[in-house]
Amino acid sequence: MGDTPIFDEMNGMGDGIRRPYETFNNWFEGENPKELRAKQREAEELFRLTGITFNVYGRAEAEERLIPFDLIPRIISGREWQRLSKGIEQRVRAINAFLHDIYHGQEIVKAGRIPEEMISRNEAFEPKMIGVTPPGRIYTHIVGIDLVRTGPDEFYVLEDNGRTPSGVSYMLENRETMLQMFPELFSTNRVQPVQTYPTDLLKSLAACAPASAGDRPTVAVMTPGIFNSAYFEHSFLADQMGVELVEGNDLRVMDGKLCMRTTQGYKAIDVVYRRIDDDFLDPLNFNPESGLGVPGIMDVYRSGRLTIANAPGTGICDDKAIYSYMPEIVEFYTGEKPLLENVPTWRCAEPEALAYVLDNLEELVVKEVHGSGGYGMLIGPTATKKDLALFRRKLKARPSNYIAQPTLALSTVPIFTKAGLSPRHVDLRPYVLCSPQGINITPGGLTRVALKKGSLVVNSSQGGGTKDTWVLED
Amino acid sequence: MLGKTANGLFWMYRALERAENIARLIETGQRIALTRLGSSEDEWRSVLQTSGSLDAYETFYDEVNRDHAVDWLLRSKDNPGSVMSCISQARQNARMVRTGLTTEVWEATNAAYMVAKDSLARKVPDRDMPKVLRMLRQRAGMVRGATHGTMLRNDVYDFARIGTFLERADNTARIIDVKYYVLLPTVASVGSSIDNVQWEILLRSVSGRGGFRMAYGAQLEPRGIATFLTLDRRMPRSLAFCTSKILGNMNYLESDYGVRLQSTQMAEDLQQRFMRMSIDDVFDYGLHEYIQKVLGDIAAIGHQIEIDYRFYE
Repeated sequence: MGDTPIFDEMNGMGDGIRRPYETFNNWFEGENPKELRAKQREAEELFRLTGITFNVYGRAEAEERLIPFDLIPRIISGREWQRLSKGIEQRVRAINAFLHDIYHGQEIVKAGRIPEEMISRNEAFEPKMIGVTPPGRIYTHIVGIDLVRTGPDEFYVLEDNGRTPSGVSYMLENRETMLQMFPELFSTNRVQPVQTYPTDLLKSLAACAPASAGDRPTVAVMTPGIFNSAYFEHSFLADQMGVELVEGNDLRVMDGKLCMRTTQGYKAIDVVYRRIDDDFLDPLNFNPESGLGVPGIMDVYRSGRLTIANAPGTGICDDKAIYSYMPEIVEFYTGEKPLLENVPTWRCAEPEALAYVLDNLEELVVKEVHGSGGYGMLIGPTATKKDLALFRRKLKARPSNYIAQPTLALSTVPIFTKAGLSPRHVDLRPYVLCSPQGINITPGGLTRVALKKGSLVVNSSQGGGTKDTWVLED
Repeated sequence: MLGKTANGLFWMYRALERAENIARLIETGQRIALTRLGSSEDEWRSVLQTSGSLDAYETFYDEVNRDHAVDWLLRSKDNPGSVMSCISQARQNARMVRTGLTTEVWEATNAAYMVAKDSLARKVPDRDMPKVLRMLRQRAGMVRGATHGTMLRNDVYDFARIGTFLERADNTARIIDVKYYVLLPTVASVGSSIDNVQWEILLRSVSGRGGFRMAYGAQLEPRGIATFLTLDRRMPRSLAFCTSKILGNMNYLESDYGVRLQSTQMAEDLQQRFMRMSIDDVFDYGLHEYIQKVLGDIAAIGHQIEIDYRFYE
């Protein structure tokens, strides 16, 4: 990146406050920085009291930490959002069609648009799902599409999260916090509400219930337990939807149905929103060592008497090599040009691509195809010589494990620092709900921000923070 | 409701009640140490005994003294019954049953934990002790207040209350059991200053001095105190009061769920056979034997509840 001019979402290219931020900026200029700092501390206190924390693994005492919250909102105009929504909807439809196809006829392979081994040899491909059609034909009930921006009209999809996207509780609690701290902002800015998410989620999940469920399907959230890093979110969502939060040891397969142990005996569940990985779902069908899952749950699923959200085997669409085919995938299933762009991606499995990547490593970002959370990646421009050498060796040893992308000049949004406003790089994860009744995108999402100056890593596990994300009504 | 949730609620409230009782015990112990009546070591020994952790204490310390005893009861991570351990356990359970709690109850519990963690991070200096203990008791009270004021009166509330009163009955029974000999009607020591101190300790450790005076007059005497702690129907920490609360909530569960379970029958039996005795009957039966019997019954009811409401399987 270095000299590439960076687009700031509040200040543009330094040519004055951009329109969506005008009202906010007027308010901000009238505020006393000292009072705002006090408010920032107040927000942290609120988060701590509410218990919005994540657990940090690998410490003696499961430590709970706060994800830093920055009080400057990230603001998106209604027009910008409309464009994004259309692109997201198109992409999510294509992903569902793709998942159905690869577990059935594999037309896309037959058409020669994706090499066969990309599917069959993919670690995230789930052979047990072959020929299985989930209730309502929905695979990704909840999706998070990670977007980055490089200019006023340039958005790119960075990642698709079809497995178990997390972070939605922060979207909701960030808004709640802003409403409590600065209610006046919401009377001067027309911000579209996000608070309907839990109700929408419940509705969407219920609409995906199997035919065997009655008029009012029983929905439950499944968590690996209290020590999981996202436990707060699991209990938060169950609480907000008014459904039970279950663990593997609350569940049992009885008479061909998945049942939970209640104070009055076992009760059947129709839809399980599981926040545990495929591998741990069913010790009989997947990892036999799993103490988190339910023996036989996959058999109930295959018999069509249970909805698992998201469906097992959806993880393949999170794969970064598959990602590189997403433009073809969108076109193949929708017959349309993709509305949202992919970041150009070199698949290191291909010899020419690998040669290019090795020659230009200092300018590229290299990622593992199955990696997530910002781990196991190389950011060329800021990497040390040692890191570069290490990745050269890794790339040569296992080229198919990596993809590479150009370093994008990610947009910035100011954060509130001791020295006033200061630009930091951001990304955006909107949350998408799919059911046979349609696709629902909550106007907003989770904005993650790299708190370190110049840093491009926004992950909360590596020092990132969050912002409230506003979508305005134009 | 999930069996696991009922379990979590039951233990969350037991742990909170225990934290508060232990804090009160420490206050009582401090008080005795300050007034220097009686032997301090003996008193701390009986405080530890009442808390049910004397044996464990002795595996960590060679002698009983105030400093060690207070630290053990207040902050020790090695003592699962220390105030800090209980509050952590209560909060852990609250996280587990978060979906059953109102926001107010959760926040009060979380705040209690944060205050405890903060004020018990280091050894508490003597001069801060009264303040810290008071604060801990108040925090437990705030959880109870939020529970009372905001929770729907359904099975969630019933399990919370059953946990509270089982723990409280257990605590009161232990307090009496450790000191039962000072309540026995003997001619010799009545009215001596030693006994007055002991009776005072008994009442203080259940926050019952004022209540006793109101109900029984200013004169401390063993028979009245024994009645007050066991059979009194208005004293919120007496065995009879706790039992009637347990039974009440179990009856609500019964009508809610439409089945009569063994645990309800057991609570009913306890109420019938032991709580209806007169204080003379109790003394005839033997105060110590009576308390032992009640303690056993309380434990058995707790165990049966776990089975009846599928806490574990």
